[in-house]
Amino acid sequence: MSQSPENKKGQVETTGHVWDGDLREYNNPLPRWWLWGFYGTIIFAIVYWILYPAWPYADTYTKGVATVSFQTPVLDKEGQPVKAADGTVEMHTKTEHWNSRALFYQEMQTSPSALAQQEWLAKVKDMSFEQIAANPDTLNFANSMGHALFGDHCAACHGTGGQGVLSMNPEASYPNLTDNAWIHGGDYTKIVQDMTNGIQGNMPAFGALFKGEKLTDLAQYVLSLSHQPGVNEEAANRGKASFATCAGCHGANGTGNQMIGAPNLTDKIWDFVDVTGAPTIEGKLKLVEGVIDHGLQHQMPKFSDRLTPEQIRLLAVYVRQLGGT
Amino acid sequence: MKHESIEINSALLIILTLLVISIGGLVEIVPLFHIKGTVEKVDGIHPYTPLEQLGRDVYVREGCYLCHSQMIRPFRDEQLRYGHYSLAAESQYDHPFQWGSKRTGPDLARVGGKYSNEWMTQHLIHPQSLVPESIMPSYPWLMQPLKFGDIEARMRALRDVGVPYSINQAEYDANVKKFGKALADQFVIANGVASVKEEAASQNWDGNPKEITQMDALVAYLQVLGTMVDFSKYNQGYFSTFR
Repeated sequence: MSQSPENKKGQVETTGHVWDGDLREYNNPLPRWWLWGFYGTIIFAIVYWILYPAWPYADTYTKGVATVSFQTPVLDKEGQPVKAADGTVEMHTKTEHWNSRALFYQEMQTSPSALAQQEWLAKVKDMSFEQIAANPDTLNFANSMGHALFGDHCAACHGTGGQGVLSMNPEASYPNLTDNAWIHGGDYTKIVQDMTNGIQGNMPAFGALFKGEKLTDLAQYVLSLSHQPGVNEEAANRGKASFATCAGCHGANGTGNQMIGAPNLTDKIWDFVDVTGAPTIEGKLKLVEGVIDHGLQHQMPKFSDRLTPEQIRLLAVYVRQLGGT
Repeated sequence: MKHESIEINSALLIILTLLVISIGGLVEIVPLFHIKGTVEKVDGIHPYTPLEQLGRDVYVREGCYLCHSQMIRPFRDEQLRYGHYSLAAESQYDHPFQWGSKRTGPDLARVGGKYSNEWMTQHLIHPQSLVPESIMPSYPWLMQPLKFGDIEARMRALRDVGVPYSINQAEYDANVKKFGKALADQFVIANGVASVKEEAASQNWDGNPKEITQMDALVAYLQVLGTMVDFSKYNQGYFSTFR
């Protein structure tokens, strides 16, 4: 049985406000759950102020009593880290008032995922590349770490699967890492070196040296090295003499030189211009002529600033497996 | 004042409401300008060169911030992917800052030096030619010429809000002391146009040396992002002393 407002009149206190002559507002007490919730937030705020950074005053603020501890290097008088005889940095525990940066250092050092990673990093620390690759467990670790690092640092150019980008424009092509050809060498140490220091690939432009028919003949010869269908043998033979200029880098028989990053021209693998993708021999010639004419400049950034030596080592294990012999 | 007079006077009610609400905001913001350590003491941060600043204006014009943030948070997963967390000091010459919390694309706070100039140019013209799975739009018009006649006005406006581009000898000398001569020369407002030309010609930004394009400026800006501080100089824990 609901009570009509008239019945309630006189029983429940009103606020005393009157609208339009007869509209009144009841002054009912607030629901108890709401009221306690409200008091709860006040208590929460006071506890928060005591524990955490809260109130500003002058040029600083109340720091709170909650603390965060993490390991930090011991510093000498000049502010430089103290190193033990074997080169390891001496660490000590630093305790600071609660703040997100201290929490970050703590997370980097003691979170379960960080500890798990440290454990595996310690395991592979003194192993050779071959040993890491031979043990299924360490290989699994190197691959999962390598895959994540590759996706973030390498995939933008070399593709998510390491397949690279091969187009008709050499400036917009990036080497395929999954084929058998290692332009700069596929040894672990060489891969590490190239990722650490970056690569400055540079083939000079020979447009001034070879023009017109001479250029076409040379391109014919280059294509004949890998037995491309449709090559004019006669023209290729004429171009052979000009190849002496190229032999300095690509070798007398065109097999390339990994020391200076000159690709092998005798295999059917093309890293910078999609010769295979050009449907006609004229198209293939045009691509090769273009490279001879303009040269080729390619740079890979160095990753020594972004990746730790340990990360680069594991990434090298991953990358080495992508390619063949 | 009787409560009723506030309730029946809407203009007064609005003014008093705004006053009460703004106290909340002011209490949070104003102290940051007075607290020591809001901006960390760190070497290497300098204002953008005129070409970089123009690139930044292109970045803002194209709305890059709608998909890319420039703030690495202090979390392990962020550090592993993007590098050292961003410092307040690193955005001190940003007007407006590009922090953001919307990441349709990756954070760009430390993208400088991560990719080559050729990659940057090609990727901006047609992202899918390099990253087939990318959903980033193409920006081919960036290869159009850059308008930089107004760079000096832009620098003056930034100077008005506190960026130390110099208009006289005393300011220039202070910049030399703080940033070194090479940078201080680029921060002279009167040399703005010449600085843009010089820096655009200083390296191959976009593969087109014949003219100064918007791509030149944008690539120059992207390549400086997050590269100013040498973090190897600072010990683990140093930056938490400012918090």
